[in-house]
Amino acid sequence: MDVSFSGVGYTYPSGVEAVKGITLDVPSGQRFAIVGQNGAGKTTLVRHLNGIFQPTVGTVHVGDWATTGHTIAELSARVGYVFQNPDEQLFARKVIDDVAFGPKNLGFDDERAAALVAAALEQTGLSAEAESHPHHLSLSERKRVALAAVLAMDTPVVVLDEPTTGQDEHGVRMIASIVASLQEQGRTVIAITHDMDFCAENFDRVVAMAHGEVLADGTPTEVFAKDDVLTEARVEAPQLARLADALHWDRRPLTVDAFVEQLPRSGA
Amino acid sequence: MIQLDDVSYAYPDTDHFVLSHMNLSIPAGSVTGIVGASGAGKTTLAKILSGFIPHVDGGELSGTVVVDGVTIAEASLADAVSHVGLVIQSPFNQISGAKFTVREELAFGLENLGVPRDEMAVRVAEVADLLGITGLLDRSPYALSGGQQQLVAIASMIIMRTPVLVMDEPTSQLDPGGTRMVFDVMSSLRDSGITLVIFEHKLELLREHADVVHVLADHQLIAHGPSRAMLADPRMEEWGIGSTRFTAAASEARTKKLLPADVELPVSIEDAATVFASFASSKGA
Repeated sequence: MDVSFSGVGYTYPSGVEAVKGITLDVPSGQRFAIVGQNGAGKTTLVRHLNGIFQPTVGTVHVGDWATTGHTIAELSARVGYVFQNPDEQLFARKVIDDVAFGPKNLGFDDERAAALVAAALEQTGLSAEAESHPHHLSLSERKRVALAAVLAMDTPVVVLDEPTTGQDEHGVRMIASIVASLQEQGRTVIAITHDMDFCAENFDRVVAMAHGEVLADGTPTEVFAKDDVLTEARVEAPQLARLADALHWDRRPLTVDAFVEQLPRSGA
Repeated sequence: MIQLDDVSYAYPDTDHFVLSHMNLSIPAGSVTGIVGASGAGKTTLAKILSGFIPHVDGGELSGTVVVDGVTIAEASLADAVSHVGLVIQSPFNQISGAKFTVREELAFGLENLGVPRDEMAVRVAEVADLLGITGLLDRSPYALSGGQQQLVAIASMIIMRTPVLVMDEPTSQLDPGGTRMVFDVMSSLRDSGITLVIFEHKLELLREHADVVHVLADHQLIAHGPSRAMLADPRMEEWGIGSTRFTAAASEARTKKLLPADVELPVSIEDAATVFASFASSKGA
């Protein structure tokens, strides 16, 4: 399902203008990442997708729905939103109840709900913790419970706010494989991240934001080539792109394979 | 400065030891990194080093923990927190909830110590400047982004000027620019004599800022060494900690015989630039 922002602006009741005139079309099935400094308006922008915020100006569409015409409950059938802080999202006494809440609430029959819950727990590596109390888990595990709860809702659009925070290498790889499998299923993935290597390796398109505006929009290769944008958005290029600069290479490889490919064959 | 002897710990109402027979020695004025896969016990160890265990969380703690000359189990919590500060993993939970502005939040700990008002104002201004949050001082701590809250949480500990600071993933919510700033602040704190212990997944920054790195796995501290040697250790993969892309790229290049078999693997960009510049020049250069 595609989503679009048309001339979207949002001003908080305090008067802070967090999002300024943003227009973006995200086609169905795209892996779309948003990067940028803290306070750039990234979370404010994506919270429009499930109706938590309604634009002060402009319109937000999820498929053929304008978000202003639908309730948060209705939008939750189309947009699954994984919060940055899992404790804003989790409330049940058992992991499995938290994960089952969404599909039950969406009115899925028991069989479908059970299958979705089991698959979501499996994908997030939490099958063994199904009966645990979420608050007895570590922060990184609670983040994966919050992710599982959204995966189980089987929404065509999935929003991930800082999914890799606090995850070890294994957890980051698990989330990368979930992003890939969502795309294989034709679902749209919109992620906010400060992890530029995760972004470069797993997303089709990157938008860099600062001060409520979009500074750059393109493939990871295009966006991570723009030094002025990266500086203004307070992000840095992925590790190997920075190494290529230090070695005075013309091109910036974004992955280990691309970097090794660019090494001379006869140098060593 | 920090000494753990045969420390074991189980949380209340469990008989499962999260940490078992652990020994650790950290010299004064150093920056120590502690890495480990999720669930290895990093947050538990951070709480032990700072007295939250056993004073807040309870549970069964055995062995001896001495921090800045104070035996933690025998000290009161109030005494312990005057020697060691803890920046907890989730800034959302560090904010006191008792104050309406960031300025008041930062002064909260000093108020409890009875620091005079004018000195309090000076110290709030200093720490806000250090962390680039002067513009947030009159905002509500709850009207901030996750990253801004994290800077406030760090500032609220630095302002206490404890000789030891323990930080549990202090930059998890921060953008790359903010992350580098916080690590630079840590280095400047170390230069002023403060001892820092950092629990962190960002290996590139640990290499740049930590003197020594310890590995936590299987309820034990199982290895330690100078930051580059430890973080480039091939066992980091099996311990679930992983490696930087610099290490991974050099390792792959070594396998493909594009680097000598005995090359010391890099962890940071400086290490990697040296390694690759001395053995290779790019096709694209």
